[in-house]
Amino acid sequence: MLLKQPLEFYSEALAGVAQDELQGKLIVIEGPDSVGRSTQVSRLRTWLEHQGHAVLDTGLARGALAGKGIQQAKEGNTLGPVTMTLFYATDFADRLENEIIPALRAGFVVLTDRYIFSLMARAIARDEDRVWIEKVAGFALVPHAVYYLRADVRDLLTRVVLGRGAFDYWESGMDMRFGADMHDSFIRYQTRVIRALDRMAKRYNFIVVDANQTPDQIFRELRRGIGKLF
Amino acid sequence: MSLLVPNRHRGKLIVVEGIDGSGKSTQLSLLSQWLRSERIGVAFSEWNSSPLVRETTRRGKKKNMFTPTTFSLIHATDFADRLERYIVPLLKAGAVVCADRYAYTAFARDVVRGVSRRWVRNLYKFAVRPNLAFYFRVPLEVAIGRILGGRNAIKYYEAGMDLGLSRNVEESFRLFQGRILDEYEAMIQEVGFHVIDATGSIESQQRQMRDITTKEFGEHLHNGHLLRASQGDIDAAQAAPRIL
Repeated sequence: MLLKQPLEFYSEALAGVAQDELQGKLIVIEGPDSVGRSTQVSRLRTWLEHQGHAVLDTGLARGALAGKGIQQAKEGNTLGPVTMTLFYATDFADRLENEIIPALRAGFVVLTDRYIFSLMARAIARDEDRVWIEKVAGFALVPHAVYYLRADVRDLLTRVVLGRGAFDYWESGMDMRFGADMHDSFIRYQTRVIRALDRMAKRYNFIVVDANQTPDQIFRELRRGIGKLF
Repeated sequence: MSLLVPNRHRGKLIVVEGIDGSGKSTQLSLLSQWLRSERIGVAFSEWNSSPLVRETTRRGKKKNMFTPTTFSLIHATDFADRLERYIVPLLKAGAVVCADRYAYTAFARDVVRGVSRRWVRNLYKFAVRPNLAFYFRVPLEVAIGRILGGRNAIKYYEAGMDLGLSRNVEESFRLFQGRILDEYEAMIQEVGFHVIDATGSIESQQRQMRDITTKEFGEHLHNGHLLRASQGDIDAAQAAPRIL
């Protein structure tokens, strides 16, 4: 999984970006809701910084332009599926152009908690067109590595119940009413999200990590893989 | 054109396009008044008007945060919201939806800003294809004369200042609108515009629009296919026209 060549865009080059100037590493941690991504991202960050790397960590809907707007839209009751997909795509583009690319230019390790894949999986789970959203997100940079923390829907369910102790409206896909209540909708929606991510695994070179291992085991596996990128 | 989704609903979608100062909004308003007088249910949708997205657009403009890509995406988000929330449900109800600018505005403007033609056309693939798309063709100097005569200040993004074409606002506006005009002209065949000569009198332009509308919609204007209202509803609607 060693990529020496410069970073590339999937299908659509962003104007004004000289790819050979991007000196840093782009590492993606993907996976469905509640799978334990953020724990790993924060441990990886600490570890990478101990190794002497400057790290930028970023994640969905955290951008300066659209982050707030997305939060507000999710608090209301009118956010439609295509609108949501495009709002997230706006946020992603903003972070890519204004955070990720500048950090890569400066030689940072960019550690991102989800990338275009979750955005696409959520859209596909909502029956939006796969080819459409892949092309929309085609301006994304191909990462040096994508780690897909994979779990079954039953495991996610356990994590939700034992962790937060309550279902989240959006994580249950309740905007689409996949089931009669939050539990039923969660099962169906997350099953669709996992299926969509599984189907991307080969096409986008995911490194699949079994999320049913202990957090320590997962961390060791990630560390081993990421260590080889340097 | 195969890009957009065919309108399979009862209602009809009419859109107007053209550069700033082409007079398209005036014409659309006159057309809608005529349809209302025929007792047909009419609704409006304006470009860049979604309440869900407004704050984000405002923030981006105020702080000059937009890139060509994010500018294009936020407008598509705004459009998706209006489409999902207003336009499609209204079409299902059998209304005539009048849109002041549509996806074609993005095809022209966003391309001038620097995104690829192919990418922006894919971006709007989910849009409903209009039943009628009018393009108001006007020479650049005429449009600019109307704009500069009508108001004091051209805004930063309106003038395309983010493209760095010129440091002079008026000059930038001129160059920007000129390029948009070229993009519109180049897509006429592709998207099937009905071209209206916007240098003609207001009355004659309106007559052309009504003729084309009558021809295209034919019987549907009278046979109850479209949503129609009683006289009382019409009065109520005219008292408070909603712009969505």
